[in-house]
Amino acid sequence: MKWVLVAVLVLATVLGDLLQSHEMKRAGEQSVSARGFARLLHIIAQRRLLILGIACNAVSFFTFMALVQTEPLSFAVPASSASFVLETLLAKFVLHERLGARRAAGALAVLAGVVLVGG
Amino acid sequence: MTNLTARSGALLKTYSVLVFFLALKAVGNSAMAWGMKQVPERMSMNPALYLRAMLNPFVAMGVAALILALLTRMALFSLADLSFVLPVTAVGYVIAVFLGKVFLHETVTHQRWLGTLLIFAGAALVGSTSRNTTSTTSPEESPT
Repeated sequence: MKWVLVAVLVLATVLGDLLQSHEMKRAGEQSVSARGFARLLHIIAQRRLLILGIACNAVSFFTFMALVQTEPLSFAVPASSASFVLETLLAKFVLHERLGARRAAGALAVLAGVVLVGG
Repeated sequence: MTNLTARSGALLKTYSVLVFFLALKAVGNSAMAWGMKQVPERMSMNPALYLRAMLNPFVAMGVAALILALLTRMALFSLADLSFVLPVTAVGYVIAVFLGKVFLHETVTHQRWLGTLLIFAGAALVGSTSRNTTSTTSPEESPT
Protein backbone atom coordinates (compact mmCIF):
# COMPACT_ATOMS: atom_id res chain seq x y z
CA MET A 1 0.00 0.00 0.00
CA LYS A 2 2.82 2.42 0.80
CA TRP A 3 4.15 2.15 -2.76
CA VAL A 4 0.68 2.88 -4.21
CA LEU A 5 0.58 6.08 -2.16
CA VAL A 6 4.12 6.95 -3.27
CA ALA A 7 3.11 6.40 -6.92
CA VAL A 8 0.06 8.69 -6.64
CA LEU A 9 2.14 11.27 -4.77
CA VAL A 10 4.84 11.25 -7.45
CA LEU A 11 2.43 11.43 -10.40
CA ALA A 12 0.54 14.38 -8.91
CA THR A 13 3.77 16.14 -7.95
CA VAL A 14 5.34 15.86 -11.40
CA LEU A 15 2.24 17.10 -13.21
CA GLY A 16 1.81 19.93 -10.71
CA ASP A 17 5.47 20.98 -11.04
CA LEU A 18 5.38 21.01 -14.83
CA LEU A 19 2.26 23.19 -14.94
CA GLN A 20 3.47 25.55 -12.20
CA SER A 21 6.95 26.02 -13.61
CA HIS A 22 5.54 26.69 -17.07
CA GLU A 23 2.99 29.24 -15.87
CA MET A 24 5.18 31.06 -13.32
CA LYS A 25 7.92 31.61 -15.90
CA ARG A 26 5.33 33.36 -18.02
CA ALA A 27 4.11 35.45 -15.09
CA GLY A 28 7.52 37.03 -14.36
CA GLU A 29 9.42 37.67 -11.14
CA GLN A 30 7.57 37.50 -7.82
CA SER A 31 8.51 38.44 -4.27
CA VAL A 32 7.53 37.01 -0.89
CA SER A 33 6.39 40.26 0.72
CA ALA A 34 2.73 40.65 1.74
CA ARG A 35 2.07 42.61 -1.46
CA GLY A 36 4.00 40.01 -3.43
CA PHE A 37 1.73 37.26 -2.14
CA ALA A 38 -1.38 39.30 -2.93
CA ARG A 39 -0.11 39.71 -6.49
CA LEU A 40 0.72 36.00 -6.62
CA LEU A 41 -2.87 35.13 -5.64
CA HIS A 42 -4.11 37.48 -8.35
CA ILE A 43 -1.92 35.73 -10.95
CA ILE A 44 -3.16 32.32 -9.78
CA ALA A 45 -6.79 33.39 -10.25
CA GLN A 46 -6.08 34.42 -13.85
CA ARG A 47 -4.29 31.32 -15.09
CA ARG A 48 -6.20 28.08 -15.58
CA LEU A 49 -3.22 25.81 -16.05
CA LEU A 50 -1.80 27.20 -12.84
CA ILE A 51 -5.06 26.29 -11.07
CA LEU A 52 -4.81 22.76 -12.51
CA GLY A 53 -1.22 22.62 -11.27
CA ILE A 54 -2.39 23.64 -7.82
CA ALA A 55 -5.14 20.97 -7.93
CA CYS A 56 -2.40 18.40 -8.60
CA ASN A 57 -0.54 19.80 -5.61
CA ALA A 58 -3.68 19.33 -3.51
CA VAL A 59 -3.85 15.66 -4.53
CA SER A 60 -0.18 15.15 -3.72
CA PHE A 61 -0.71 16.98 -0.43
CA PHE A 62 -3.58 14.74 0.71
CA THR A 63 -1.64 11.67 -0.39
CA PHE A 64 1.31 12.87 1.67
CA MET A 65 -1.02 13.20 4.70
CA ALA A 66 -2.15 9.60 4.23
CA LEU A 67 1.44 8.42 3.75
CA VAL A 68 2.87 10.02 6.91
CA GLN A 69 -0.04 8.65 8.93
CA THR A 70 1.17 5.10 8.45
CA GLU A 71 4.82 5.49 7.40
CA PRO A 72 7.76 7.30 9.03
CA LEU A 73 8.68 10.78 7.79
CA SER A 74 12.17 9.42 7.07
CA PHE A 75 10.58 7.16 4.45
CA ALA A 76 7.83 9.44 3.10
CA VAL A 77 9.96 12.45 2.18
CA PRO A 78 12.90 10.65 0.51
CA ALA A 79 10.51 8.29 -1.32
CA SER A 80 8.75 11.29 -2.86
CA SER A 81 12.01 12.01 -4.73
CA ALA A 82 11.03 9.26 -7.18
CA SER A 83 9.54 12.24 -9.05
CA PHE A 84 13.03 12.86 -10.48
CA VAL A 85 12.97 9.39 -12.05
CA LEU A 86 9.53 9.99 -13.57
CA GLU A 87 10.54 13.45 -14.84
CA THR A 88 13.62 11.98 -16.50
CA LEU A 89 11.58 9.20 -18.12
CA LEU A 90 9.06 11.79 -19.37
CA ALA A 91 11.86 13.92 -20.77
CA LYS A 92 13.28 10.94 -22.66
CA PHE A 93 10.17 9.17 -23.91
CA VAL A 94 7.55 11.92 -24.17
CA LEU A 95 9.58 15.05 -24.91
CA HIS A 96 12.27 13.03 -26.79
CA GLU A 97 15.02 15.03 -25.10
CA ARG A 98 18.55 13.66 -25.35
CA LEU A 99 19.59 12.79 -21.82
CA GLY A 100 23.10 13.71 -20.77
CA ALA A 101 25.20 11.21 -18.82
CA ARG A 102 24.89 13.32 -15.67
CA ARG A 103 21.13 13.40 -15.79
CA ALA A 104 20.83 9.66 -16.46
CA ALA A 105 23.30 8.90 -13.64
CA GLY A 106 21.40 11.24 -11.31
CA ALA A 107 18.05 9.60 -12.03
CA LEU A 108 19.57 6.14 -11.49
CA ALA A 109 21.08 7.27 -8.17
CA VAL A 110 17.68 8.58 -7.05
CA LEU A 111 16.01 5.32 -8.08
CA ALA A 112 18.58 3.26 -6.16
CA GLY A 113 18.16 5.61 -3.19
CA VAL A 114 14.37 5.20 -3.16
CA VAL A 115 14.74 1.39 -3.26
CA LEU A 116 17.20 1.53 -0.32
CA VAL A 117 15.00 3.94 1.67
CA GLY A 118 11.98 1.68 1.22
CA GLY A 119 13.80 -1.57 1.99
CA MET B 1 28.95 48.86 -10.91
CA THR B 2 25.23 49.29 -10.20
CA ASN B 3 24.69 46.21 -12.27
CA LEU B 4 26.94 44.28 -9.85
CA THR B 5 25.01 45.60 -6.82
CA ALA B 6 21.75 44.65 -8.44
CA ARG B 7 23.07 41.16 -9.14
CA SER B 8 24.25 40.56 -5.58
CA GLY B 9 20.93 41.95 -4.33
CA ALA B 10 19.08 39.46 -6.50
CA LEU B 11 21.35 36.67 -5.26
CA LEU B 12 20.71 37.59 -1.60
CA LYS B 13 16.98 37.66 -2.28
CA THR B 14 17.10 34.24 -3.94
CA TYR B 15 19.03 32.69 -1.02
CA SER B 16 16.75 34.31 1.59
CA VAL B 17 13.70 32.88 -0.13
CA LEU B 18 15.47 29.50 -0.37
CA VAL B 19 16.26 29.39 3.39
CA PHE B 20 12.71 30.50 4.22
CA PHE B 21 11.37 27.70 2.00
CA LEU B 22 13.57 24.99 3.60
CA ALA B 23 12.57 26.11 7.12
CA LEU B 24 8.87 26.10 6.28
CA LYS B 25 9.17 22.67 4.70
CA ALA B 26 11.01 21.25 7.73
CA VAL B 27 8.48 22.63 10.24
CA GLY B 28 5.54 21.66 8.04
CA ASN B 29 6.67 18.07 7.42
CA SER B 30 7.45 17.41 11.08
CA ALA B 31 4.21 18.92 12.39
CA MET B 32 2.21 17.03 9.77
CA ALA B 33 3.84 13.66 10.52
CA TRP B 34 3.49 14.16 14.28
CA GLY B 35 -0.16 15.28 14.01
CA MET B 36 -1.27 12.62 11.51
CA LYS B 37 -0.06 9.82 13.78
CA GLN B 38 -2.42 11.15 16.48
CA VAL B 39 -5.45 11.06 14.15
CA PRO B 40 -7.42 7.87 14.96
CA GLU B 41 -9.25 7.32 11.63
CA ARG B 42 -7.22 5.80 8.80
CA MET B 43 -7.21 8.04 5.68
CA SER B 44 -8.98 6.75 2.55
CA MET B 45 -10.55 8.24 -0.60
CA ASN B 46 -13.08 10.16 1.53
CA PRO B 47 -12.14 13.89 1.52
CA ALA B 48 -14.07 14.51 4.76
CA LEU B 49 -11.49 12.43 6.64
CA TYR B 50 -8.69 14.77 5.54
CA LEU B 51 -10.67 17.85 6.55
CA ARG B 52 -11.42 16.29 9.94
CA ALA B 53 -7.74 15.42 10.38
CA MET B 54 -6.94 19.12 9.92
CA LEU B 55 -8.75 19.83 13.18
CA ASN B 56 -5.70 18.38 14.92
CA PRO B 57 -3.58 21.45 15.78
CA PHE B 58 -0.31 19.86 14.60
CA VAL B 59 -1.87 18.82 11.29
CA ALA B 60 -3.33 22.33 10.92
CA MET B 61 0.10 23.83 11.61
CA GLY B 62 1.66 21.42 9.10
CA VAL B 63 -0.90 22.34 6.45
CA ALA B 64 -0.37 26.07 7.02
CA ALA B 65 3.44 25.78 6.87
CA LEU B 66 3.38 23.54 3.79
CA ILE B 67 0.95 25.82 1.91
CA LEU B 68 3.20 28.77 2.71
CA ALA B 69 6.17 26.65 1.56
CA LEU B 70 4.34 25.95 -1.72
CA LEU B 71 3.79 29.67 -2.36
CA THR B 72 7.41 30.39 -1.42
CA ARG B 73 8.58 27.72 -3.86
CA MET B 74 6.50 29.33 -6.61
CA ALA B 75 8.19 32.65 -5.83
CA LEU B 76 11.55 30.84 -5.96
CA PHE B 77 10.72 29.50 -9.43
CA SER B 78 10.14 33.05 -10.59
CA LEU B 79 13.53 34.16 -9.17
CA ALA B 80 15.68 31.27 -10.38
CA ASP B 81 15.69 28.49 -12.96
CA LEU B 82 14.41 25.01 -12.22
CA SER B 83 17.98 23.78 -12.72
CA PHE B 84 19.01 25.86 -9.70
CA VAL B 85 15.92 25.26 -7.54
CA LEU B 86 15.89 21.44 -7.82
CA PRO B 87 19.44 20.67 -6.65
CA VAL B 88 19.48 23.20 -3.81
CA THR B 89 16.09 22.13 -2.44
CA ALA B 90 17.26 18.48 -2.56
CA VAL B 91 18.94 19.09 0.80
CA GLY B 92 15.38 18.99 2.16
CA TYR B 93 15.41 15.16 1.91
CA VAL B 94 18.34 14.95 4.29
CA ILE B 95 16.75 17.50 6.65
CA ALA B 96 13.50 15.48 6.74
CA VAL B 97 15.26 12.23 7.64
CA PHE B 98 17.26 14.05 10.32
CA LEU B 99 14.09 15.57 11.82
CA GLY B 100 12.33 12.20 11.68
CA LYS B 101 15.13 10.67 13.69
CA VAL B 102 15.65 13.49 16.21
CA PHE B 103 12.14 14.83 16.84
CA LEU B 104 9.86 11.96 15.85
CA HIS B 105 12.19 9.27 17.25
CA GLU B 106 12.05 7.20 14.09
CA THR B 107 14.49 4.37 13.57
CA VAL B 108 16.73 5.33 10.67
CA THR B 109 18.85 2.40 9.53
CA HIS B 110 22.22 2.77 7.79
CA GLN B 111 20.50 1.56 4.65
CA ARG B 112 17.97 4.40 4.85
CA TRP B 113 20.71 7.00 5.41
CA LEU B 114 22.62 5.62 2.43
CA GLY B 115 19.45 5.75 0.33
CA THR B 116 18.79 9.35 1.38
CA LEU B 117 22.34 10.42 0.52
CA LEU B 118 22.06 8.71 -2.87
CA ILE B 119 18.80 10.58 -3.46
CA PHE B 120 20.41 13.88 -2.46
CA ALA B 121 23.35 13.30 -4.80
CA GLY B 122 21.11 12.06 -7.60
CA ALA B 123 18.67 14.95 -7.28
CA ALA B 124 21.56 17.42 -7.32
CA LEU B 125 22.97 15.76 -10.47
CA VAL B 126 19.62 15.72 -12.28
CA GLY B 127 18.90 19.31 -11.30
CA SER B 128 22.31 20.65 -12.24
CA THR B 129 21.90 19.63 -15.86
CA SER B 130 20.73 22.76 -17.61
CA ARG B 131 17.50 22.47 -19.56
CA ASN B 132 18.03 25.70 -21.51
CA THR B 133 14.40 26.66 -21.34
CA THR B 134 15.14 30.31 -20.65
CA SER B 135 18.22 32.42 -20.98
CA THR B 136 17.27 35.89 -19.77
CA THR B 137 15.42 35.58 -16.46
CA SER B 138 17.93 33.78 -14.26
CA PRO B 139 19.80 35.78 -11.63
CA GLU B 140 21.89 32.65 -11.08
CA GLU B 141 24.78 31.98 -13.40
CA SER B 142 27.12 29.67 -11.56
CA PRO B 143 30.29 29.04 -13.57
CA THR B 144 30.26 25.25 -13.56
